[in-house]
Amino acid sequence: MTASDSQFDIPLAELRKRIEELEGYPAGSSQDKELERLRVSLRKNTAEVYGHLSRWQKVLVARHQDRPYTLDYVHFLMEDWVEVHGDRAFSDDPAIVAGLARFRGRSVAVVGHEKGRDTKERISRNFGQPRPDGYRKALRVMKMAEKFRLPVLTFIDTAGAYPGLDAEERGQAEAIARNLIEMSALTVPIVVTVTGEGGSGGALALGVGDRVFILEYATYSVISPEGCAAILWKDQNKKAEAAEAMRITAPDLLQLGVVDAIIPEPPGGAHTDPEAACRRVGDVLADALDELVRLSPNELIARRYEKFRALGVYDEG
Amino acid sequence: MAWFRKTKTPKPIRPERPRSNVPEGLWVKCEGCKEVIYSRDLDRNLRVCPKCGHHMRIDARTRIALLLDEPEPRELFTGVTPTDPLAFRDTKRYRDRIKTYQQAVGERDAVLVVQGHLDEIPVMVAAMEYRFMGGSMGSVVGEKITRAAERACERRLPLLVISASGGARMQEGVLSLMQMAKISAALGRLRAAGLPYISILTDPTTGGVTASFAMLGDLNVAEPGALIGFAGPRVIEQTIRQSLPEGFQRSEFLLEHGFLDLVVQRSEMKEMLARCLRHLYRP
Repeated sequence: MTASDSQFDIPLAELRKRIEELEGYPAGSSQDKELERLRVSLRKNTAEVYGHLSRWQKVLVARHQDRPYTLDYVHFLMEDWVEVHGDRAFSDDPAIVAGLARFRGRSVAVVGHEKGRDTKERISRNFGQPRPDGYRKALRVMKMAEKFRLPVLTFIDTAGAYPGLDAEERGQAEAIARNLIEMSALTVPIVVTVTGEGGSGGALALGVGDRVFILEYATYSVISPEGCAAILWKDQNKKAEAAEAMRITAPDLLQLGVVDAIIPEPPGGAHTDPEAACRRVGDVLADALDELVRLSPNELIARRYEKFRALGVYDEG
Repeated sequence: MAWFRKTKTPKPIRPERPRSNVPEGLWVKCEGCKEVIYSRDLDRNLRVCPKCGHHMRIDARTRIALLLDEPEPRELFTGVTPTDPLAFRDTKRYRDRIKTYQQAVGERDAVLVVQGHLDEIPVMVAAMEYRFMGGSMGSVVGEKITRAAERACERRLPLLVISASGGARMQEGVLSLMQMAKISAALGRLRAAGLPYISILTDPTTGGVTASFAMLGDLNVAEPGALIGFAGPRVIEQTIRQSLPEGFQRSEFLLEHGFLDLVVQRSEMKEMLARCLRHLYRP
């Protein structure tokens, strides 16, 4: 978040910092009292601020640079992680990570966007904006999962597919489209979690599954608020209005039937306690897998078809 | 004090006089070669510039008429009409925009579905209408193309979809995005049924339409010179901060890069599709 945009989070971050400082000191009665006072204040203020976030403020939380990314979910929830690389055609796109892991006793395939933590890593991962090679790697690993009957877990967090010259040359549109048709027909369970920004086609290309979950402060939209504002309002600064009009937050998506459930975040957002956030996601994913592994491949793809078939609102007369 | 002062009222630039009686739109300037062409010559040439071969945009009904044998093929799913699920409002209400376009274009949304014959081969055809909100894909476009694919499965017909679209419709938000998945899944069923799907890409085909059904044809066939891509050229230029090479994202560029099977002149499209379908399909 930039300072001017995220005024609402600054006092909370300061409180957290002071609590952390005090916790570092040896215990003493006056200190304990002060700590307790600060903790109460943080709880109260967090509930106040996060209870009334506007849609645009949620966009900023969803983009927070300390939010857990795919590799954090892997780290906190899985064992025996083996990251695999490459699309077998052109390159290995670091904006998408893919691999095999053990999750609560089961081998699974994991595919997700990865934005990168520090500036250097962010640049090398293109800020989580994949090129076609990334989507093709994702598909390759999903097809491998199908061959070995492993469920697939995907994690979505991208501003969108990369709109660059090389991406177009190598068929960004084809790569996304291919994933949509192949995922709709994959005969193993696919569980999708939107963890941060669900940016348009670049998000949906990992988003066709049997269950679609979203974190409390994550978003999912057809175009970024900035993009929508630039086109419809002819003014990028109308991004907050665009975020409101497009209804891109978790409760909106639940209401529209696009997601199955909202996974609550720790108070103050997933970035304040990534491990707790990951555990909550893990519990939901485990329950979903327990249900889905009982379905036959035919049942699975028939139900997945009906799930997406039902989306859309129109009149008929 | 002003240096010059108007002392007399200026004469009207064009005094009232009988204007030329040549009707509007009788002459059209070609965007390709800037040549001024007599409109009726252009119509006779299927709206393709006789001088430079530039393919101008034509409406969905004209496209269907160019491909099908029937003068009036049976139109399907005409009752599916748009609503305003998000109560969306930008500078204008979406509800009002829909009405304006319906009146101006004479269609209820941005796609038509017909069943008919192409050179005697039975086919299901969906044609997008670019004049209706830039051919944008919302729930209606998604639903009608999905139904077209499902009906093609039931009747064991080949499916042709003619794309002309700026992409997903922002005014229906994430529901528009989901149409990409819905249509692609329906095409998956057509594929499983062993039926041909031919995607015909026309100027322009971009965004979520390209990134779903337009790129999924057993054959992807485009008209010459059509803009085809995922991101629009302006967005790419802003991203890479360079101007784009000549011909970038045009049909011939995509053919060269391996994303199209054929680039076919408008006048030869029907015959080419018939030839392909005769190889791929037996009724």
